[in-house]
Amino acid sequence: MTTTAPRGVATPAGAAVLRPLRSLHPGAWWLWATGLAAAASRTTNPLLLGLVLAVAGYVVAARRTNAPWSRAYAFYLRMGIVVVGIRVVFAALFGAPVPGHVLVTLPEVTLPDWAAGVRLGGEVTLEGVAGAVYAGLQLATMLACVGAANALANPRRLLRAVPGALYEVGVAVVVALSFTPQLLEGVTRVRAARRLRGRRHSGLRGLRGVAMPVLEGALERSVELAAAMDARGFGRTSTAGLAGQRAGSGAVTLAGLLGVCAGLYGLLDAQSPVALGLPLLSAGAATAAAGLWLGGRRSTRSRYRPDPWGLPEWLVSACGVAAATTAVVASVVSPDAMNPSTSPLVAPTLPLLPVAGLLVAALPAWLAPAPAPDDAA
Amino acid sequence: MIRFEHVSVRYPGSDHAVLSGVDLEIPEGELALVVGRTGSGKSTLLRCVNGLVPHFTGGLLTGRVTVDGRDTRDHRPRDLADVVGWVGQDPLAGFVTDTVEEELAYGMESIGVAPDVMRRRVEEVLDLLGMAGERGRPLVTLSAGQQQRVAIGSVLTPHPRVLVLDEPTSALDPGAAEDVLALLQRLVHDLGVTVLVAEHRLERVVQYADRVVVVPGGGAPVVSGPPAEVMRTAPVAPPVVELGRLAGWSPLPLSVRDARRRARDLSERLSAVRPTHPTSDVVPLAAPVVATASGVVVRYAAPAARPALRGVDLELRAGEVVALMGRNGAGKSTLLSALVGLRRPDSGTVLVQGADPQELAAHDLVRRVGMVPQEPGDLLYADSVAEECRAADGDADAPPGTALAVFADLVPGVDPATHPRDLSEGQRLALALAVVLAGRPPLVLLDEPTRGLDYPGKERLVAVLRGLASAGHAVLLATHDVELAATLTDRTVVLAEGEVVSDGPSREVVVASPAFAPQVAKVLAPQRWLTVAEVAHALRAG
Repeated sequence: MTTTAPRGVATPAGAAVLRPLRSLHPGAWWLWATGLAAAASRTTNPLLLGLVLAVAGYVVAARRTNAPWSRAYAFYLRMGIVVVGIRVVFAALFGAPVPGHVLVTLPEVTLPDWAAGVRLGGEVTLEGVAGAVYAGLQLATMLACVGAANALANPRRLLRAVPGALYEVGVAVVVALSFTPQLLEGVTRVRAARRLRGRRHSGLRGLRGVAMPVLEGALERSVELAAAMDARGFGRTSTAGLAGQRAGSGAVTLAGLLGVCAGLYGLLDAQSPVALGLPLLSAGAATAAAGLWLGGRRSTRSRYRPDPWGLPEWLVSACGVAAATTAVVASVVSPDAMNPSTSPLVAPTLPLLPVAGLLVAALPAWLAPAPAPDDAA
Repeated sequence: MIRFEHVSVRYPGSDHAVLSGVDLEIPEGELALVVGRTGSGKSTLLRCVNGLVPHFTGGLLTGRVTVDGRDTRDHRPRDLADVVGWVGQDPLAGFVTDTVEEELAYGMESIGVAPDVMRRRVEEVLDLLGMAGERGRPLVTLSAGQQQRVAIGSVLTPHPRVLVLDEPTSALDPGAAEDVLALLQRLVHDLGVTVLVAEHRLERVVQYADRVVVVPGGGAPVVSGPPAEVMRTAPVAPPVVELGRLAGWSPLPLSVRDARRRARDLSERLSAVRPTHPTSDVVPLAAPVVATASGVVVRYAAPAARPALRGVDLELRAGEVVALMGRNGAGKSTLLSALVGLRRPDSGTVLVQGADPQELAAHDLVRRVGMVPQEPGDLLYADSVAEECRAADGDADAPPGTALAVFADLVPGVDPATHPRDLSEGQRLALALAVVLAGRPPLVLLDEPTRGLDYPGKERLVAVLRGLASAGHAVLLATHDVELAATLTDRTVVLAEGEVVSDGPSREVVVASPAFAPQVAKVLAPQRWLTVAEVAHALRAG
């Protein structure tokens, strides 16, 4: 919840617009993080990727709350390290041989003819390892961007912002989110009870003994929750919605979302044609929005304290877009600097344009309103 | 406001009606209390009011239920959400969102209340609940009493004209229950809301009721009328009413205050007699010690951070029944888990018959200490009562038939082929107890055993636990039920903030405490009577 501490009482009106006493719309953080991820997808330059990580990390450190999910960034970083490690190990063990400086020679397994083209072991070259590290680092950085968004935006508040037509889906996800901890609690309780019965909780029989009561309990709770939601007016719709209309709005939405997916793929995948990127994404987004608007008209729901989308939200999203745009432009203008060669291995350089874009992306550390010390949401 | 006309309900697959021929009318602005035995159809009656029966549960409803002029046949529960607020037994199970403020707004969002109105009503209800300071708190971190208040608040925000509550205070400690009841009082008195409440703990609620509705169960007609009249013959009654019945007072007193004003004669008659527990034998100090806890500290991991137990010392002797009381969250359940070896103390030692329960192998554990957890159903996983009992005999190396014999003794007349989930709350508790007792453990622990029990069910439990004590078992029960503690126990231990704050004979501990004193003690103070049975015994003798 946004707390209205008397912060900024004496600041002038302009500052009040820029620094409202509320948390930023979660959608703005996700747009910003997507921009950073898009920038990372256009480069394998370790210097630039490092800069992306640093920018994301700095903003997270400056603007996260002390809520449980705000530790997500570190978690995603650790996951990234694992990704890089796996990538290097796989490249060394199974990768196609890359000529160059041999670091170590692993025993090579000779495979039969039908497996020609697959190599097991053999020479590990510096060039091969560098290529694997670059590629792994790119993936790790994109993961870290998702982590940054998770750390900065309350996932449930983001779900609250979904359009009315998708409301039921949003509720399902929220219920699932609270379901998992309850399920874990159930497992602990039932395991404790098994010990009270003098049974060990290992083996297949033990698993069945734990799973059945936990699932039964979970089912009972879901029925209880469904009754409570029904009694509180869940699913009241206006009588205007006819079956045909619903199907129509659903189809439009689905087509639009497919367009968005294809467009995002085009944007993030460097190899696909330019036409598949931004144009398809915008067309898809427009179609989906129309479908959601059509669907949303049936809903009679209202929103309690919706997150407003104001100047800070525009600015933060724009910073993400700036990073993505500069990276896309640079990948066309100076592809060598964005994807430095690993065979032969050359020292990566730091291209100016994307660096400027990424530095802009660090601005939300000041542009976004600071979280209140005890802000939980 | 609420009108039942010849209502009968029959669930699918059942050969008898849960309710039959109910005619009932509850005028606007009344607080009506629904009483009856466990399984008599109280919950079904409540669920009829907002259409959950039959729209949600299925089943056949004949007759007619109308609320504020709306027929539940044509209105689904969601279409009645703006007229009827319904709060189920477990508030946590009904929460849809995760913070207090959002939960309060949820119902209004569903029925499409304008944003500025929502904002205002959330603030109003926060004040009404006295929880403005907790507005941003995650619901799972609230105490049980706060959760119950939020659950009530969350159905109040759409401004319903009727509020329906199923056992709102059963899981609460006496203090939290008072808070919830005070809130209901305010709703009835200040806002004119019609409230329909089902509750087993009559001693807490009956004094506030304008009308009592008795659901006798088994197809007998539902009776409704002024509390003092209806309670005269109701199958369940709180101690203060029983005392009134015993002393022949008319009209019957419903509150401790009413009874005290009538009790002058009775006090005089009793003043010559010294109260004795009619069933209890004093446990000699020489009885062997079954379990000891010394200096037990248990810390919970963040976010709770504060210790759950701070240096608890406790000694339990063979043949005594001890009540463990204290607020929700005072550490009662944690102490029980430490005694049974489910939680390792961070410091201090727990010994059960000289052994650390933590170190014992599971099948040795069941023969030294048995525990019935808060949800007795957790202990049960077989498909029938008979199979459950067979498994328990196997687990405890007891001769075949032991557990089933104990169960049949506790609740006679239950078909052993019944699935444990089809048992009533009390029968399920009995089955869990039977399973635990198969190992004949010298130490028996019970966590909140009376949650779903009606008065006759409690009486049977009292008899069983007394029997265990005279057979040499030590029994420790964590409970909020002051009446049970007064009737059953020799000794009471009160925990607060993880420390033992009093430990002594029940008569001394509970009479001294305003929160934990049973009704009879309050009526006859300063004399130290605890139960109606004691008074009856003394009157017969004198």
